[in-house]
Amino acid sequence: MLEFTLRRIVATIPVLLGILIVAFTVLYLIPGDPAQTLAGPRADPETLARIRSEMGLDQPLFTRFASYLRRVAQGDLGDSVVTGRPVLESLAEKLPFTLKLALLAMMFSVVIGVLMGIISAITQGKWLDRLCTVFSVAGISIPVFLSGLVFLYVFAVRLKWFPSSGFLAGNSLLPFVLPAFTLGIRSAAFLARIVRSSMIEVLNHDFIRTARAKGLSRSRILFRHGLVNALVPVITVIGLDLSSYLNGSVIVETIFDLPGIGRFAMDAILQRDYPIIQGVVLLGAFIFIMVNLAIDLFYAWINPKIRDEMMGKSTG
Amino acid sequence: MKQLAQRMTLAGWFSLAGILLVLGVAIFAPWLVTNDPMETDPLRRLAKLEGFPLGCDQLGQCVYSRLIYGARLSLIIGFASRLTALLIGLAVGLTAGYFGGWLDWLLMRFVDMFLAFPSLLLSIAVSMVLGSGIGTVIFALAVVGWAEMARIIRSAALELRSAEYVIAARTLGASHLRIILTHILPNCLPLITVIFTMGMATAVLSEASLSFLGLGVDPSLPTWGGMVAAAKDYMLRRPYLVVYPGACIAFLVVVFNVFGDELRDILDPSRKGQW
Repeated sequence: MLEFTLRRIVATIPVLLGILIVAFTVLYLIPGDPAQTLAGPRADPETLARIRSEMGLDQPLFTRFASYLRRVAQGDLGDSVVTGRPVLESLAEKLPFTLKLALLAMMFSVVIGVLMGIISAITQGKWLDRLCTVFSVAGISIPVFLSGLVFLYVFAVRLKWFPSSGFLAGNSLLPFVLPAFTLGIRSAAFLARIVRSSMIEVLNHDFIRTARAKGLSRSRILFRHGLVNALVPVITVIGLDLSSYLNGSVIVETIFDLPGIGRFAMDAILQRDYPIIQGVVLLGAFIFIMVNLAIDLFYAWINPKIRDEMMGKSTG
Repeated sequence: MKQLAQRMTLAGWFSLAGILLVLGVAIFAPWLVTNDPMETDPLRRLAKLEGFPLGCDQLGQCVYSRLIYGARLSLIIGFASRLTALLIGLAVGLTAGYFGGWLDWLLMRFVDMFLAFPSLLLSIAVSMVLGSGIGTVIFALAVVGWAEMARIIRSAALELRSAEYVIAARTLGASHLRIILTHILPNCLPLITVIFTMGMATAVLSEASLSFLGLGVDPSLPTWGGMVAAAKDYMLRRPYLVVYPGACIAFLVVVFNVFGDELRDILDPSRKGQW
């Protein structure tokens, strides 16, 4: 297990490096000269040259990438072009909001998704299963911005159960409920399908028949044997959802006016504040890699067979 | 093909009909509209008038005509971006899966990298670099879409490379390119059809999201996502301005998803009920 863990961690290094190269390249390719932007349109050539050498823009590309890597490693993601604040500082300030949103969304997703999946699996082919299927297809297909706007209109504007816009000060979870529900039901729809198909697969196995023959109760078989063994694909989906919430938060936080990472990124996009966009993209990729690492390690830990398979793959 | 038709369920036929319906609307758009979809008129603002079947939007444009032309943009952008993604995915996936070894390792790390980026943010970043335009949106969606396709095609090619007929062809002295094109690729076709159809749903949804955020094609062009974005400030007075284009997006995504599911169940029964 230790060897596997180390190997898996080492395997993330080339991916992390590649991500930094892409992030660096995108910033490099962006039209416009950063020195010109900083100096203003009327700067004379000498000033421009001075700023260029101060920013290291006259160095060869490789040297610039090396110094970029060094800065990222020290936690320096650059400063906002608009406000001059360090990007990392702003990200750290906004992250708790998005984290709260993501965790709440995950809760909705797991409760609704797993429940729907189980109901679908045990009523396979009956009308309740069909109904769940329709819900999950709809949940996957309806764009988040549409369901968000509809929930906002129905629950906040008409029924006034939730604040419609404007973020309430304090620690209240209330402003997060609707946006989290919007994100959550979408991933619940995915999850329900996965739970359904893996439950059906597991329930056809021999050990389930043995358990039934032993006279175990239906619910015990379902949860002790069925759900636990169907857990592996379910964990993957939940993990991937967690990192996809950053994408969703761009839309949902814009609609519901929450001051999280997504909204922060959107504002930066509108102001063309490239260092911030780069920071958010890096953060997203980093979260994705870490979540995947955690999922793989979890698999390897619960199932040594998977571990050997992965080892075989990584060496071959 | 015949086998496909025989095994298709009712849901499959309905979804196929839905796809063809939207395709027909997109092709015959100029004959279906009642007004110029780009013509604004402040006097018609949010009005309901004769000759404007679904009323007018916040700029006095005909909602119905914009919806009709929106089908065009959705399909063109969705199809072109998926095709680009597929071509890159095929090149990378077939090469990695067929040759294996260090090349596979290298290419798959590259794929991992692209899968790691938050897709919406990456396509936003790409479209910012390239400036707005239809070509940009297509490219931005392809950049985030190809990696998943490459991964799936790679694992199919990996299985096929040790098939007996491939080994036989190698023994007979066939070139790698010939084997890939005549043995591996044709056997991947059912899988490609499935991931392409499902990918269309994702592409339509992503395009709508980009347009909704105002980062897709020129906002004056009639896109469904853009229509929702423009109408959201008038949602309290005219909820239908949000609902119509929203429903169009949802409909197109549903039919592609359902049809993709159906194709997968028929062409690749081992994966039935999965993604």
